[in-house]
Amino acid sequence: MADLLETDQPLLIANALSKSYGRIVACRDVSFALYPGEVLAIVGESGSGKSTLLQMLSGQLAASGGQVSYRMRDSVTRDLASLGEAERRLLFRTDWGFVHQDPAQGLRMAVSAGANVGERLMAVGWNHYGRIRESASDWLARVEIDVARIDDAPRTYSGGMRQRLQIARNLVTEPRLVFMDEPTGGLDVSVQARLLDLLRNLVAELHLAVVIVTHDLAVARLLSHRVMVMKGGRVIETGLTDQVLDDPREPYTQLLVSSILPP
Amino acid sequence: MNAPAYNFAYLDEQTKRMIRRAILKAIAIPGYQVPFASREMPMPYGWGTGGVQVTAAILGPQDVLKVIDQGSDDTTNAISIRKFFAKTAGVATTTSTIDATVIQTRHRIPETGLHANQVLVYQVPIPEPLRFLEPRETETRRMHALAEYGLMHVKLYEDIARFGHIATAYAYPVKVNARYVMDPSPTPKFDNPKMDNCPALQLFGAGREKRIYAIPPYTQVVSLDFEDHPFEPYRFNAPCALCGAENSYLDEIVTDDKGSRMFVCSDTDYCEGRQAAGHHGAMSAAPYKDKAQGEANG
Repeated sequence: MADLLETDQPLLIANALSKSYGRIVACRDVSFALYPGEVLAIVGESGSGKSTLLQMLSGQLAASGGQVSYRMRDSVTRDLASLGEAERRLLFRTDWGFVHQDPAQGLRMAVSAGANVGERLMAVGWNHYGRIRESASDWLARVEIDVARIDDAPRTYSGGMRQRLQIARNLVTEPRLVFMDEPTGGLDVSVQARLLDLLRNLVAELHLAVVIVTHDLAVARLLSHRVMVMKGGRVIETGLTDQVLDDPREPYTQLLVSSILPP
Repeated sequence: MNAPAYNFAYLDEQTKRMIRRAILKAIAIPGYQVPFASREMPMPYGWGTGGVQVTAAILGPQDVLKVIDQGSDDTTNAISIRKFFAKTAGVATTTSTIDATVIQTRHRIPETGLHANQVLVYQVPIPEPLRFLEPRETETRRMHALAEYGLMHVKLYEDIARFGHIATAYAYPVKVNARYVMDPSPTPKFDNPKMDNCPALQLFGAGREKRIYAIPPYTQVVSLDFEDHPFEPYRFNAPCALCGAENSYLDEIVTDDKGSRMFVCSDTDYCEGRQAAGHHGAMSAAPYKDKAQGEANG
């Protein structure tokens, strides 16, 4: 019953979000609601406003118009703009995750993998080395990184491992919402497949809500429940993933879908 | 011709006022780094320009000054700063910890307990404890403002992961008054417990980095650690070779090119005081001196 209530209410609500840089409009009038456990893919070509939207949703960029509300752990839905900086930063490192395209942005490349995973725990006051390490090795195992490499710095890791480490680092505080910005960008196809498989399992297992920005429709199809197609800063089509990708309505979406090479 | 070329204690009065304001603010917010308009001093950066400015700002004609460098009263740095103030302020100087009212120090806290009428002035090279983990000044300031100190534990975590224990031996981070994390300047971590609840006022001056911070008397100072890896002051396990002290911080002195070395108190005043009181270590010359004196008399 409690679970029902929990999933009944939207977790993240965007209401008429816009962003303009002078006369250039990067994003206009985007509205949607994201429910717990739901994966939303934002697809579109470069320059369509995907990343701007993601930054506004995650509170890193102030919107020119509209608002983003988030249902906090105490079930009160609050406008992100009304949160103080301390609250926003706390939210960012506990209840949220952010997976960057470039792992170097999301990781501390010079400190060990264990410390990278443990950083969020230490930031929320964990003060027991043994337990932090235990939790870190547990998470490394879950993202299929050899636990023997816990003391190696991520700069000695391969691209795929770095990305998996970044995911572990974000999930260690059991967030409810994770933002992902092209998480498979720059990885080769087999590594991509493995990463996507891992992500899909983790998302289901942890009942994560995810907003994933990608230009790769295969990623959207594999991970997401719903798709939003953006072009020129506007959302031109939105719907269930299968529906949008199998039966696109807008000419631009049809173009996007048809430009995938057949397997 | 007889007009003095410079003001009492070298700095002009307006500069001293500016520094005193920074000091007052620093005392009001224990552990917080207050920016100040650091001046050029007649010595190079890294030789204690911050400490000298703080000392110059608080020194009065009645004060008795002691200057130590790595615990020692007789190194170049200590002697030249002591002479500098003897000349520019005409204040009395001493090497005795108990008699001094202002003690300027580099890298040590005296072994003898400080008392309430004393001010300890530290020379600080890098005031920002988060610097090597977070290079952006804007970000470290924000982290201090929001008391986000998880990163400090990342450093300690790395130590344990690499060496099996917290290997940070000096500049060991402390939390002051349960709020600000502070770099105690490169003092050995052996000295950290002395900062806690200390009756004397502790002032920290970083000249190149233009920061002043302070620990008011009787303020709680806690060294950061993990529950399962608690803070432990480190000391080489040997008595002082000259005075036999078992509980003082030791310097290692290489005595020849064949690997011989001796360990002596780094605090020279403390060591001399103990020797004068009749304590002797294994390599002390005192027994021979006494014997020689006895033979000469006899």
